[in-house]
Amino acid sequence: MSIWEYANPTRFMQTSGKLLPTVAVLSLLCLVIGLIWGFFFTPDDYRQGSTVKIIYLHVPSALMAINAWLMMLVTSLIWLIRRHHVSALAAKAAAPIGLTMTVIALITGAIWGQPMWGTYWAWDPRLTSFLILFLFYLGYMALWAAIENPDTAADLTSVLCLVGSVFALLSRYAVNFWNQGLHQGASLSLDKEENVADVFYLPLLVSIAGFVLLFLALVLLRTRTEIRIRRAGALVARERLS
Amino acid sequence: MIALLRRDLRLAIRAGGGFGLGLAFFLILVVLVPFGVGPNSDILSRIAPGILWVGALLSCLLSLDRIFQLDYEDGTLDLLATAPLPLEAAATLKALSHWLTTGLPLTIAAPFLGVLLSMPSGATFWLVASLALGTPALSMLGTFGAALTVGLKRGGLLVSLLVLPLYMPTLIFGAEAVRRGAEGLPATTALLFLAAITAGCAALLPFASAAALRMNLR
Repeated sequence: MSIWEYANPTRFMQTSGKLLPTVAVLSLLCLVIGLIWGFFFTPDDYRQGSTVKIIYLHVPSALMAINAWLMMLVTSLIWLIRRHHVSALAAKAAAPIGLTMTVIALITGAIWGQPMWGTYWAWDPRLTSFLILFLFYLGYMALWAAIENPDTAADLTSVLCLVGSVFALLSRYAVNFWNQGLHQGASLSLDKEENVADVFYLPLLVSIAGFVLLFLALVLLRTRTEIRIRRAGALVARERLS
Repeated sequence: MIALLRRDLRLAIRAGGGFGLGLAFFLILVVLVPFGVGPNSDILSRIAPGILWVGALLSCLLSLDRIFQLDYEDGTLDLLATAPLPLEAAATLKALSHWLTTGLPLTIAAPFLGVLLSMPSGATFWLVASLALGTPALSMLGTFGAALTVGLKRGGLLVSLLVLPLYMPTLIFGAEAVRRGAEGLPATTALLFLAAITAGCAALLPFASAAALRMNLR
């Protein structure tokens, strides 16, 4: 039993078909519990008022926006090294989800920023690097869409993903040099004594779990769709030959 | 190698389009800005470093699709791929000749255009230094973008979308070096970062470009 079994599309379809409903239901459950708990059963922050509640959307989506790119990096590497088609298709499937998460993070941040900072947008390092990440997602998806041969497209987008990762990281730290930040520090980290206060912390964890599961469910669904598109294409080609 | 470089340079200069176009675009952009923001020299001198850097970057973009497109269409690229010269070296030479025909003229022209934007005279040195150190990275990254899109019919717009995010760190450090130089602050750190980006690009990107070319030619 190893993870490489799922490089076989049939095995992947079998397992992901069984997994998908469970993951989807769990994600829905976590999201409903986390968001309702967060929105209605936690107190207002003493300084931010009720605007603090956007944290339950903002932080998980920002987290997933970065992790989606990370997943694309790993699957691209697997494609380049071991040439498993499922891996390349998973990277393709994850890109629009990552893009959506980036947009959600940017928009919720803007909605929160207006009452708190007095502006929808500031050229703060974190905001700027998210905008750059957004552009990277756009370029990656445009390259997938532009190339007809699926294998060449997978190859080229993988190389773009590798080079892009280096430069996305570089931009993240270059913008620190360019402007001082307005954005507060990380809300959550593993090595800190105290994160956000406990009343906000627990519902936040639940909604983060919801977003992770949602991402997983969407990636599985979209990868299955891509595999089916590939199969349908192969069937059509076979019909035309005979 | 030398022969390839000389061939590319000769083609760029004699065939027209590539060599003068970037420079003319740069000139027009710099002339347009004062019409856009008004002739107030205070404002102009403050935004001059940024405008000059953005202008140089956009002029570099303009000629990217010429790096490989013509060679791809007439089959030269296939010959280069099968030649004893490694494709990595060919990619490096392509980037070098792109820099010699766009980056270098831009670097030389920038101080004169800075006068039009009433840039403080103290910043001239930093402008030339940062462009000289930064534009090779732009050519290198552009070659990578051109290699990715070489097989496409209308790759021009796509190249811009792919390459612009990659240009971000170079632009940040380049414009920051000139801005700090203009205000009399120490600007060496930004210049060193810029040099590091260029050195890193020169060391690694030819491999990525050559890999992308091989994938496209397969």
